[in-house]
Amino acid sequence: MNWILALPELVLALCGLAILVFGVIPKRDTTFPCTMLTLGAFLLTGVLVIAQGEGTGFGGQYVADAFSCFMKLLALGAAALGLLLALDWNAREGLSRFEFPVLVLFATLGMMVMISANDLMSLYLGLELLSLPLYVLAAFDRDNPRSAEAGLKYFVLGALASGLLLYGASLVYGFAGTTNFDRLADALSSPQDVSTGVVVGIIFIIAAMAFKIAAVPFHMWTPDVYEGAPTPVTAFFASAPKVAAVALLVRLLAGPFSDVVGQWQQVIVLASLGSMVLGAFAAIGQSNIKRLMAYSSIGHVGFTLMGLAVGGEGGLRGVLVYMAIYIAMNIGAFAVLIAMRRDGRAVEGVDDLAGLGRSDPAMALAMAIFMFSMAGIPPMAGFFAKLYVLLPAIEQGFWLLAVVAVLSSVISAYYYLRIVKVMYFDAAKPAFDMRPTGISVVLAGTGGFTLFFFLFPAPLLAAARQAVAALIG
Amino acid sequence: MNAAGFPLLSLVTFLPLLGALIIMMVRGDAAVVASNARWTALWTSLITFGLSLVIWAQFDKANVDYQFVEQVSWLPEFGVAYIMGVDGISILFILLSTLLTPICILASWESVQSRVREYMVAFLILETMMVGMFCALDFILFYIFFEAVLIPMFLIIGIWGGARRVYASYKFFLYTLLGSVLMLLAIIALWYQAGTTNIPELSEFDIPFNLQIWLFLAFFASFAVKVPMWPVHTWLPDAHVEAPTAGSVILAGVLLKMGAYGFLRFSVPLLPEASQFFAPFIYVLSIVAVVYTSLVALAQTDMKKLIAYSSVAHMGIVTLGIFTFNQQGIEGALFTMLSHGVVSGALFLCVGVLYDRVHTREIARYGGVAKIMPAYALIFMLFTMASVALPGTAGFPGEFLVIIGAWAVNPWVAFGATLGMILGAAYMLSLYRRVAFGKITRDDLRALLDLSPREIAIFAPLIALTLWMGIYPQSFLSFFSVTVSQMVQEHQDAIRAASNLAGL
Repeated sequence: MNWILALPELVLALCGLAILVFGVIPKRDTTFPCTMLTLGAFLLTGVLVIAQGEGTGFGGQYVADAFSCFMKLLALGAAALGLLLALDWNAREGLSRFEFPVLVLFATLGMMVMISANDLMSLYLGLELLSLPLYVLAAFDRDNPRSAEAGLKYFVLGALASGLLLYGASLVYGFAGTTNFDRLADALSSPQDVSTGVVVGIIFIIAAMAFKIAAVPFHMWTPDVYEGAPTPVTAFFASAPKVAAVALLVRLLAGPFSDVVGQWQQVIVLASLGSMVLGAFAAIGQSNIKRLMAYSSIGHVGFTLMGLAVGGEGGLRGVLVYMAIYIAMNIGAFAVLIAMRRDGRAVEGVDDLAGLGRSDPAMALAMAIFMFSMAGIPPMAGFFAKLYVLLPAIEQGFWLLAVVAVLSSVISAYYYLRIVKVMYFDAAKPAFDMRPTGISVVLAGTGGFTLFFFLFPAPLLAAARQAVAALIG
Repeated sequence: MNAAGFPLLSLVTFLPLLGALIIMMVRGDAAVVASNARWTALWTSLITFGLSLVIWAQFDKANVDYQFVEQVSWLPEFGVAYIMGVDGISILFILLSTLLTPICILASWESVQSRVREYMVAFLILETMMVGMFCALDFILFYIFFEAVLIPMFLIIGIWGGARRVYASYKFFLYTLLGSVLMLLAIIALWYQAGTTNIPELSEFDIPFNLQIWLFLAFFASFAVKVPMWPVHTWLPDAHVEAPTAGSVILAGVLLKMGAYGFLRFSVPLLPEASQFFAPFIYVLSIVAVVYTSLVALAQTDMKKLIAYSSVAHMGIVTLGIFTFNQQGIEGALFTMLSHGVVSGALFLCVGVLYDRVHTREIARYGGVAKIMPAYALIFMLFTMASVALPGTAGFPGEFLVIIGAWAVNPWVAFGATLGMILGAAYMLSLYRRVAFGKITRDDLRALLDLSPREIAIFAPLIALTLWMGIYPQSFLSFFSVTVSQMVQEHQDAIRAASNLAGL
């Protein structure tokens, strides 16, 4: 029974091992077939996730429900798109090594374990399984000092975060007597009896997760790692792992820790306010577009945390919808970044986009759609993402959060507009190299979603609602 | 929907979008694409205008309810639906938008030579957003259209504008966005209170006074920037000066009306007590706008800037009229909005005509144009007279009604508005004198050609409207008088009920 419940993870793990073997044995370059096989494995896992039953298994360590299904599909989709983007880039940068898709696969497996974690132990297992491949991926361009530095930086700070998490988990275990989420929920059900030790443990766990999603004040690594890592890896960093970490935060805070909401809510509110404000101001002066996107992602995390702080059915649904839309527009924007290549060399300056409106109108249009969407201008999807977290925030009386949120989105509109300005208003620079097919596919998919989401919002909303219902009953 | 069950409003709203899609799909060399874009845009906007005339013809003036209502479920979980409908107020703004768009397209026929396709697409998208905004009967839907206008306008100013276009387009975008997001919060708060975003349903809903105050301020932030009222008007002269001619026309003709429309549609009916409470404050701001910006206009050396400041002054008259809460004041405000849409649009076109020939808007650069371009000088004079509210032109009935309405509230307020009219005459006549009369100071002016047939075709409908509105204003007033009288009645009832409550 247990085995069937966790079938998607098991299949993905076996696929990963098989692809690894397939990649090692032949002498010739196997990057392309390995990538295709990995995409196939993602597809297969996605189908299995949809067909997956509900229930708890492995001695209460693992849970499968509508929420995990939603988040896993999101993570798989983000990983698959990220992989598609990497294909051409790696070939051109001389990074064509079959380990790349395998590492992405195992990181994705770690995400799925995190998403389905129902115990602090399986949480940690999943988190490490996610983090280890990410450290390697950040340093994947190993001959480039910036990439090596990014990997090292990410590793050191990631290890610190893991330490925080373990310390928090041990505190929670020590004071509550269990690591299982269900039993933790029972142990914490009467908030007045909860000891300070548990609260400190919870705060440590939140801090560790805040590191993973790059929320203020644990965001410092983000701009450097985003800038240093190869661009497809950055695209992956900025999307899929965030899904898993946000999923885990939602599951923890809305599940076992929901009765001690008074103890952690201010922390989340402060992290949310800080992330939104920092994300709005710090990106203004950036000339490197990857750094700009790093700060932009910090700002978006602030918005998701706002939904989490508000909580309840509306707030959590807002978080899920926000994540789904964020993934689409973020991957789309990174697809453009990856296509920024002139005379065979990748360029990263905001100014390098100059004249894109003339040299590649389709890509400029897509980028403009993503930028207006990120700025929250209707009718792009990003507006609805923000709307769905603002609605519950105001309903629950979180006025300060709501006002800061909209003001910071106006400020951030400044730098999103700057990209549109550079593309359309500035004097043209030479055109980029031909964009590869993979990029065009991703651009068309994510751009279409971002632009036309407003016509058919119902399916995503219904799925998110179902997922939240599974979580809070 | 009309009697035959035909979704006319959606058609008028989204037809330009369809035209934009067609333009985007055309492939070929640059000349083919450009000429295709021009003709497609022109025909699309003309058909749209024709359809809006159908709505106009089928509109029942005696009916105070929303007409041609269409409703489709959209976000049922939040009580948000796609609802379109028009009443006596919005229908004229739809007509104004659909009339000005083909005029703008014609006016850009030769002056826009780069990226013609994108330009026409931007204009058609802009038309969809404007018309949609005046049709929307759901708050969220309204907000989406209201804000989406920023995107094409940002591009129009930023790509085809003048030297400082980037600065101007940023200022325009961020100023108006800042106002709008506060309105979004107010809309959500309203949704939370009333459980719906349906505008007709919301107007039945009583909101406690404390909340009204906050909501009013949030709406005010948005609409005051859009109108624009003094002191948040500074984006307007920059945007006008840098925008291409057609951009200025649409900005003055329609976009400025969105703020006043918002006051009229939302602030006054939904928040009557707060509106009453803040009315003196609005009078002060309006009169400052009228007097101060008129004085500023007197000092301008750039033609467009002068007309931009005069727009601020005219919009001050409009906000003054709306917040008198009486029949004359509101009707006057509505009429002034319409006439300003036509007249200031035409004035910007007049500037555009000279700019296309001489490539400067410096007033001192001109002189004696009347001798070289008599037809042009005649048309320019007509619109100058309309702008100074000469009786018999479109400018007069509106301002006259507002002054009557203001007199009923407070004679000093009426005095302020009249002062604005006098100053208006001063700066407009001075502009006209310096451009059209006097010696021909520069030789290159002698070579100017008078209006081309295309330019006359652009001006013809505006001339006809200006005279029609001035000579027979009743044909426009009759559209909104029923709606306005009901609005005034409801406002008085609400204030009376509130004061009765306070008396208890």
